[in-house]
Amino acid sequence: MSDAPHILTLKIDDQDVSAVEGQTILAVARENGIAVPTLCFLKGLSPVGACRLCLVEIKGVPKLLPACVTRAAEGMEVTTDSPRLREYRRTILELLFAERNHVCSICVSNNNCELQSLARAQGLTHVRVPYRHPRLGVDATHSRFSADHNRCILCARCVRVCDEIEGAHTWDIMGRGIDCRVITDMNQPWGQSDTCTSCGKCVHVCPTGTLTEKGVAAAEMKKRQQFLPYLTAMREERE
Amino acid sequence: MSAKIRLATVWLDGCSGCHMSLLDIDERLLDIADRIELVSSPIMDVKGFPENIDLTIVEGAITNEEDLHKVLAFRKNTKLLMALGDCAITGNVPAMRNTFAIDDLYNRAYVENADAEKQVPGAVVPRLLDRTRPIHEVVPVDVYVPGCPPHADVIFYAIAELLEGRMPDPMKMGKFG
Ligand code: SF4
Ligand code: SF4
Ligand code: FES
Repeated sequence: MSDAPHILTLKIDDQDVSAVEGQTILAVARENGIAVPTLCFLKGLSPVGACRLCLVEIKGVPKLLPACVTRAAEGMEVTTDSPRLREYRRTILELLFAERNHVCSICVSNNNCELQSLARAQGLTHVRVPYRHPRLGVDATHSRFSADHNRCILCARCVRVCDEIEGAHTWDIMGRGIDCRVITDMNQPWGQSDTCTSCGKCVHVCPTGTLTEKGVAAAEMKKRQQFLPYLTAMREERE
Repeated sequence: MSAKIRLATVWLDGCSGCHMSLLDIDERLLDIADRIELVSSPIMDVKGFPENIDLTIVEGAITNEEDLHKVLAFRKNTKLLMALGDCAITGNVPAMRNTFAIDDLYNRAYVENADAEKQVPGAVVPRLLDRTRPIHEVVPVDVYVPGCPPHADVIFYAIAELLEGRMPDPMKMGKFG
């Protein structure tokens, strides 16, 4: 058997593209300069398909499928942009805004937030469902970081980076449905966590103003995610 | 030249920052001034509600009975309604009170934190509604101009487009926050 990778050919938005067997539709699209909006996906972390923003249409498949976890297949015909997809993406974003308390004007991540910039890119003018305005807390017990649950979109990037890259597994998700929360250790205050190494990786992969450094004012929190592809590349080399 | 458009601006539960930003359009206001007739605005002294308004620009969320009364009256008398700024579009900071019970709010403001006359006002001060709402939850909105406050350029773009009879797409230039 030869070790040469199996090459597939498929169409994305009427463009002929090739893929290595095993690649996701998202990876192939990005290699070919085709933009697909994503929120929970972050290169270097395992994909989980949690946010559904990357949904695409595949000819002959009645369901929409998330590009970040769907593998490319021979002869596939993928559409990444259509009125139907735009409507779904916009609705997903509206539900995220309505679910918790996003007040961009006073958020430390204002102007540097992936949720905010996606809303803009998807042309979200207003939220068509009623806001829930839940009563949620801020955990400011850690000496350097804080967690404002009002802004969490449950993308689980923090959980994944802490587990897969740092190896601490401080973060996890507790509860179901509307009661879902990210927690530290056994739902203890972050500052009392036995496992947190204070590395700050979760803060920098968090796409919103939930996990932030202390001491920053509105619009001052800029996330730095360059470490992630670097660390994963180093590991792959070692293997 | 066509007839002047009748413009109203309304200030509900907001900080007036959106109106400040509107004035920040500066000298460009002069370019469009002869095409606009301002019929009602917090910067004018007008009683009651003018009729046959072409465009009503609303700053702020709907928080109390007076806001509700105003927004219903203006909607009835205007062709187009523009929600200006995040408070009008999302509820923004004023809506942060929605996580508290109304009685707790009244108690905090007028009893716990008051030095004298510890009582919730009965008349004079309009009653709070059960929750603070964005404009579109109460009346239809035609144009959304986001920002806290929206940049003067975005407001000018939106008004200038409407003057030309085109529907603006302020999301292209503006953003929440
Ligand atoms: S996390 Fe993003 S979307 Fe939410 S309030 Fe902050 S800036 Fe706005
Ligand atoms: S805290 Fe941030 S990274 Fe973690 S799930 Fe919430 S939004 Fe995602
Ligand atoms: S990016 Fe694919 S589901 Fe979130």
